[in-house]
Amino acid sequence: MAIGKRTIRVDAYDKVTGRAKYTDDLCDKNALVARIVHSTIAHGYVKTVDTSEAERMPGVVKVLTCFDVPNRPIGTAGHPWHLEAAHRDVEDRLLLNRHVRFYGDDVAVVIAEDDVTADRAARAVKVEYEELPFVLDVREAMEDGAPQLHEEFKNNILGHTSIYKGNFAEAIKEEGLIKVEGWYDTPLVQHCHIENPVSYAYMEAGKVVVVASTQIPHIVRRVTAQALSLPWGSVRIVKPYIGGGFGNKQDALYEPLNAWLTTQVGGRLVKLEISREETFYATRTRHAIRFHLTSYVRPDGTFVARKFAAYSDQGAYASHGHGIAAKGMGAFPQLYPCDNLECDAYTVFTNKPVAGAMRGYGIPQAMFAGEAHIDDIAKALDVDPLEYRMRFVMPKGYAENFSMNVNYADSFRECLEKGMEEFDFKRKQKAYANQTGDIRRGVGVAVFWYNTGVWPISLESSACRMVLNQDGTIQLQMGETEIGQGADTTFAQMAADTLGIPFKHVHVISTQDTDITPFGTGAYASRQTYMGGFAIHQTALQLRDKILKHAQTLTRMPSYNLDLVDGYIVRTTDGERLMSLGKLATDVLYSMEYSEHITAESTYQCNSNAYSFGCSFAEVEVDIPMCKATLIKLTNVHDCGTLINPALAEAQVHGGMSMAIGYGLQEKMLFDEKTGRMLNDNLLDYKLCTTMDHPDLTALFVENAEPTSAYGTKSLGEPPTCSGAPAIRNAILHATGVAINETPITPHVLFERFNEENRFERLKEEQEEMQAQPVGAGAR
Amino acid sequence: MSAPQYKTVNFTLNGVETHKMIDVRSSLMDMLRDNYSLHSVKEGCAVGECGACTVLIDGEVFNACIYLAVWVEGKEVITTEGLTGPNGELSEVQQAFVDEFAVQCGFCTPGFVVAAEALIRSGKTYTRDQLRKNLAGNLCRCTGYENIINAVETALERHHAAKVNAKVE
Amino acid sequence: MYDMKALYEAESVDHAISLLVEHPEAMVLAAGSDVFIKLREGKLAGREFVSIYMLDEMRGVTLEEDGTIRIGSLTSFSHIVESEIIQEFIPVLADAVLMIGGPQIRNLGTIGGNTCNGVTSADSGATLLALDAEVELKSPEGVRIIPLSEFYIKPGVVDLRPAELQTALLIRKAAYDGYIGQHFIKYAMRNAMDIATLGCSVNVKLSDDKQVIEDCRIGFGVAGPVPMRLPQAEDTVRGEVISKDLIEAFGEATKHDVNPRTSWRATKEFRLHLIETMAMRCLTESIIKAGGVVE
Ligand code: FES
Ligand code: FES
Repeated sequence: MAIGKRTIRVDAYDKVTGRAKYTDDLCDKNALVARIVHSTIAHGYVKTVDTSEAERMPGVVKVLTCFDVPNRPIGTAGHPWHLEAAHRDVEDRLLLNRHVRFYGDDVAVVIAEDDVTADRAARAVKVEYEELPFVLDVREAMEDGAPQLHEEFKNNILGHTSIYKGNFAEAIKEEGLIKVEGWYDTPLVQHCHIENPVSYAYMEAGKVVVVASTQIPHIVRRVTAQALSLPWGSVRIVKPYIGGGFGNKQDALYEPLNAWLTTQVGGRLVKLEISREETFYATRTRHAIRFHLTSYVRPDGTFVARKFAAYSDQGAYASHGHGIAAKGMGAFPQLYPCDNLECDAYTVFTNKPVAGAMRGYGIPQAMFAGEAHIDDIAKALDVDPLEYRMRFVMPKGYAENFSMNVNYADSFRECLEKGMEEFDFKRKQKAYANQTGDIRRGVGVAVFWYNTGVWPISLESSACRMVLNQDGTIQLQMGETEIGQGADTTFAQMAADTLGIPFKHVHVISTQDTDITPFGTGAYASRQTYMGGFAIHQTALQLRDKILKHAQTLTRMPSYNLDLVDGYIVRTTDGERLMSLGKLATDVLYSMEYSEHITAESTYQCNSNAYSFGCSFAEVEVDIPMCKATLIKLTNVHDCGTLINPALAEAQVHGGMSMAIGYGLQEKMLFDEKTGRMLNDNLLDYKLCTTMDHPDLTALFVENAEPTSAYGTKSLGEPPTCSGAPAIRNAILHATGVAINETPITPHVLFERFNEENRFERLKEEQEEMQAQPVGAGAR
Repeated sequence: MSAPQYKTVNFTLNGVETHKMIDVRSSLMDMLRDNYSLHSVKEGCAVGECGACTVLIDGEVFNACIYLAVWVEGKEVITTEGLTGPNGELSEVQQAFVDEFAVQCGFCTPGFVVAAEALIRSGKTYTRDQLRKNLAGNLCRCTGYENIINAVETALERHHAAKVNAKVE
Repeated sequence: MYDMKALYEAESVDHAISLLVEHPEAMVLAAGSDVFIKLREGKLAGREFVSIYMLDEMRGVTLEEDGTIRIGSLTSFSHIVESEIIQEFIPVLADAVLMIGGPQIRNLGTIGGNTCNGVTSADSGATLLALDAEVELKSPEGVRIIPLSEFYIKPGVVDLRPAELQTALLIRKAAYDGYIGQHFIKYAMRNAMDIATLGCSVNVKLSDDKQVIEDCRIGFGVAGPVPMRLPQAEDTVRGEVISKDLIEAFGEATKHDVNPRTSWRATKEFRLHLIETMAMRCLTESIIKAGGVVE
């Protein structure tokens, strides 16, 4: 069996030798080079674009502007198409925009023969604007009279949804309730995949071909065809290896523009490479969400009524839109069930870079707020925050009506127990209870739950093709994409086991080519192992049936007494190996009577979802005078069902934990209030974690096989990012007694909060007291 | 540019002496990718902040994106491709990256492999903290660095063990 | 491809100077780490450059007969870290430059480039100032040597005359002899690959009985427009008996010397708070390294 083994990645050799080809590695070096001219105002209209100087430069092939593009608004979100118009994504931007809505919006494009010329020409394009007032703050954007970004959306509200249950107003009248209330703020952050978005496009056989670094080739094909008003079959998207995506490349970013550019230069090859700076301000971000949470609890800790309000900063265009805030809100009532609820989520346009999908899709934000709030409640009640969670977090057997999810096992408590033990949490909690001095330690915990895939909101389906080779190996093709997480390897493990052939006999075709690859919506929503698993399972059974039918002919045994085991046709009655699959494949293909190219292909439509669970434990050391919090230890525990490949699962968790550390302590996109320009649009000023900013990371698992799943598995891609930041925040609270309700908890934030709570003076007083004590009495 | 300026660069690339006429404005990354098709040299930022383009020049690590190609005149340059043996054998570092699951999207990998190779070649031993310090010029967004540090640790252990064995024999 | 109009590769220091005379518009390109960044931003696009990177004669650390430590301007940060001379006499400089960037940047970046930038966040600046470093400059007019403190004029501007090259940094014996208590603290938002929010370098000379601070020098980066010394803080402790109160007085005195500003990277208030804290810690560590005790 391959499943459950720490199987080496199928792409490891190519990646360590530098042979794995990514988009730019495949592009002809003589491609024309495109450069985008971005707006230098946050809001307004382009009045004129003077391209004359740029056009005069030798080597400039074409300059195209917002006055040239097709007047067909596009929706860029990487969601499956919906047959009902009401469920489709908002289409609110053109390939280049005359109404510019953020500093960095796309205004014009230069196509030149080389990069130096393209840069010079892009700088020489002169844009004249009619400036409009702009708004950067999400709450201000909702006010009457605020600058309006999109006419159709009054007060800039892109979406507002609610969850109401019971009777909040009545419930809070109960005597003796304790009210805990707080504002919690999460930042705008960026995915920072190390490969920037890049694509190249050309025309061939009457089609537009785009090779692109994307997570969602089939969706990009649809969006590109729509943007160019082409029949969908006239667009071909090819996805080679990609250098990370994390949700940013779950949008049609610049592929539609690139496709259009080649059509404007007679189908010549045009490369569109996005710089790191552009990646920051002009691709997608994770929504900054501001939360206001109120809980009424009884002195025994039980929840009586809860209120949740979220204000999500969409930036300038809809992209994934309200889905993120709605998902964050959806997590809230389920995590700590409560009878009386008032939940509202708003998604609001501002003149900032566009927020889209990013690993966690609203849950890292919601968990920061929700789990910080739980510690605030525990503090108000003076109870142990871990015990509090143990008592009140989603109980075993909890079922949810919309997603039909069921908490089959008692995953939360199992995860918490396991983590607590490894972490030595209780002992540390005690040891750090009464500290003095400049440097103090603390421990914290936080939990999360996560969905698997997007059913029932959207289509969930996956298709798979298996082709038997003459040597008994197979080609495995999936529409679901390898983006670094190890999908290809786990797919091969599943296929090998269900089919009954050795892992090494599965050749995964890593590249998706929409002309060839079966349909799949791609890498997002932590869906692929679960969804792809169904399609692989179903297709493998079909292929196996075909093989065994031929085996009956070739071995003279009834197929019901035959099995495919480890690449051999085995007689089940006595375990005898009758022939190898390779011999069968060759004999069948070249048979003069019944020749067949044995293949199987099928689509599985999934109508289920699955709860994934987990928690984080964090230990910090806070240097109060230096305003620095250092993470000493971080442990994540996950129940994502059966592990297909434990080593890859651990690796996934490490990466997510790292993002959570950045989210908790370091990362934030900053903007100039006067212009709306992003200030730190590079990897020096945007504080992505380096090797020096991490402790060692511990990833643990509780394996409760998911009953709805083909292989017992459920989501893991995004979950590791969800609970780290609040665990760190709660550890800082434990260490210092100071609650910090915003992330990232940078030295700037610590300075402000320590000042507000007079921590520096208190330290001085403490020291003076110590000095005042007679020699020998002090605790030296 | 008023008149294009070209220059022949003579240097050793992955163990082989070579020379190439190049535009003097080329960065080392431009030359390695475009003139030698050494695509392991990746661009993640082009300004020396991510390490994806790391190469060895005379045994020391450099970011090829902020180094002029003409500056390698007379020097020895090694990229990840140059670490693999003539029959495709993986180097100690490459093998350890495979074994320790230190690879995910793989975009940072060649840069890390080269950075780790410099540590192997130093002949020194390193604590885990020193490894972190010595690999801090390479960013990775996928792995949380955990398995990368594990891999470099493993490679160093194997390397030093092999050296000891070689001496014993 | 970098957008350069022309690149002139110097073959010797004298050749570099004559190239600069010949091409007065040209900029000097040492290791170029920040020139390349500016070129990419389009800021220096289309300019001419004289590259001095290949001039090995400007590399290396040597101890001259009179005890002067001479650091060639093109010496990379990693070579400074590895230099036995530096490690023996002024290890604080190694500590400071070891905080720069990551290994790649330390292999590329040069001490000369770090000072000629004239930026206040240069990691070597505070330490070199605290060591009373001097700079050696060469031009068609000959060689001149000036204190580093005078070399810094204002942000981004240093005292380099037309066709003049900085060839070395000099640290005199009197400046390090007996100053065995040396410490450097960099404050940044990350533990690597970051620019300094503040950098503090202290060195002290204690009396033989280790009770009295005979001399103390403190340099700061980002505490003002260019790297600076803190004379009032130094005066506060010079000749004084070591005590906790003295350290506090030192911290207090820093306020009178510095002039940090608010930028999006940090507020003035935060920097002032840190300057005091870092100065006290840095002095304490220096005293301990010199064999003194703070209590
Ligand atoms: S591409 Fe060279 S360091 Fe990022
Ligand atoms: S493996 Fe993806 S960036 Fe390191």
